[in-house]
Amino acid sequence: MSEAAAVATAPRRVGEATAEPAWVRRVLIAIALGFLALFLFVPLVAVFVEALKKGLDVYLAAIGEPDAVSAIRLTLVAAAISVPLNLAFGIAAAWAIAKFDFRGKNLLLTFIDLPFSVSPVIAGLIFVLVFGLQGWFGEWLRDHDLKIIFALPGIVIATIFITFPFIARELIPLMQAQGIEQEEAARVLGAGGWQIFRRVTLPNVKWALLYGVILCNARAMGEFGAVSVVSGHIRGQTNTMPLHIEILYNEYQFAAAFAVASLLAGLALVTLALKYVVERRVAAAARGTAGALR
Amino acid sequence: MLLSRALLKRHSVLPGFDLALGFTLLYLSFIVLVPLSAAFLKTFTMTWPAFWDAVTAPRVVASYRLTFGASFAAALVNAVFGLVVCWVLVRYDFPARRLVDALVDLPFALPTAVAGIALTALYSGNGWIGQWLPLKVSFTPIGVWVALTFIGLPFVVRTLQPVLEDLQKEIEEAAAILGATRWQTFRRVILPILTPALLTGFALAFARALGEYGSVIFIAGNLPMVSEITPLLIITKLEQFDVPGATAIAVVMLVAAFVLLLAINALQAWTRARQGR
Repeated sequence: MSEAAAVATAPRRVGEATAEPAWVRRVLIAIALGFLALFLFVPLVAVFVEALKKGLDVYLAAIGEPDAVSAIRLTLVAAAISVPLNLAFGIAAAWAIAKFDFRGKNLLLTFIDLPFSVSPVIAGLIFVLVFGLQGWFGEWLRDHDLKIIFALPGIVIATIFITFPFIARELIPLMQAQGIEQEEAARVLGAGGWQIFRRVTLPNVKWALLYGVILCNARAMGEFGAVSVVSGHIRGQTNTMPLHIEILYNEYQFAAAFAVASLLAGLALVTLALKYVVERRVAAAARGTAGALR
Repeated sequence: MLLSRALLKRHSVLPGFDLALGFTLLYLSFIVLVPLSAAFLKTFTMTWPAFWDAVTAPRVVASYRLTFGASFAAALVNAVFGLVVCWVLVRYDFPARRLVDALVDLPFALPTAVAGIALTALYSGNGWIGQWLPLKVSFTPIGVWVALTFIGLPFVVRTLQPVLEDLQKEIEEAAAILGATRWQTFRRVILPILTPALLTGFALAFARALGEYGSVIFIAGNLPMVSEITPLLIITKLEQFDVPGATAIAVVMLVAAFVLLLAINALQAWTRARQGR
């Protein structure tokens, strides 16, 4: 009996030696949750509480107001143009980088990451330097009556720059990890390039691709700094949702500002929920492949 | 055909290399490389003294001090608390752990303007959190630090997490069997393994904070010489039609960002080497 008890407690002793005392654990959890609450959870809750503070009528009025509707429409249009372009780029870049071995690959990867390290304000500025009145193409654009800066094309191109790496960055590591055996087999069996991509590669990466698109979309709709530089802030015309929030806030229309903000916060929550689902799917798929190999 | 013959290290049976890489390079050049080079080319049209005056004016230097100082402080706090958060998420079980884990990425997904107004409201004098604090946060440099801490929060957690998850329990057991206390094991065995990833996360958070604009401008108060960050100063110069001045400051920030990018690449290589991959 005592022997059995000793055996039963032995594993726990080892566990104790490589774990912290219970009070340390509790303190660490309290510190972690306290820090996250102060900087993450409370701000998130505050967005929704402030938005509904003056009642549902004020909330709906703030969202249905013409300037807000036009801002929402512009945001949707800008995202609808920039996300598909970055999707095409992400797929092309991932195909080249993950499926082929070529010189200069690391340099290319560094270049793809560049927009991550450029301040949004500078991202806006460089397009002013290229397309603005004093910029490279400024006079030519004016003579041909084309407007890029302070108009939709400028907003779109700044958004593309900011969200440039997202889809490529989701796809590249996954496609690299998956290797090229399946695609090669398809090729040997006579499949064409498009068939290989659609029937072999795409099913393997669809969840990561979906998450990349959703994240890219969330960032595109939420971009503030770069768009702020190139938009010109013309109410009802070149104001996106984040810029509309800024204007409302600066006019002390706090409830309205938070109402519009709550839409974007909701989008962020959907993005996180999807990320959670995707990670579980990818993990399950990885386990499935490992099981099949065994 | 040209690209594949010039660049491919190995022949491949898979199709589409020329098309995929060609499109990638074209898109990359048009969207990123050519516009970025515009910033550098623009400053070449300035004389050296004009450039120097633009980037060392007292108001600009004050903004560097605030931007770099607050970014450093925010990254430091994120390194310490990020380590605790990551440790708790990987090692302990508590209610809603998965939910907390998923929410750590919130600063990646939440638009900066939304974060900015929420933090400002919370940390102002009569806000939920601000009313309990002994000192003024919103509209001071401390507010800048709060916003930058929010923005950098996921970086340390997410770079540490895979390393901590891969950490083999055996080495901790070995340390314990050899008589180390738990704290000694952490200090002498675990922390050295985590250090490269911790520094990488710190550098990523710092780099992100340097360029941050949206979440900061609401809470900062934007007082020249006191609480004005460098990205805001670039916008101010642009609004005054001082494009060369704005570009000169932007080039300084770009160079700082590129130096950090190189440092981060080196740190990531070190992390992989430390993990034995």
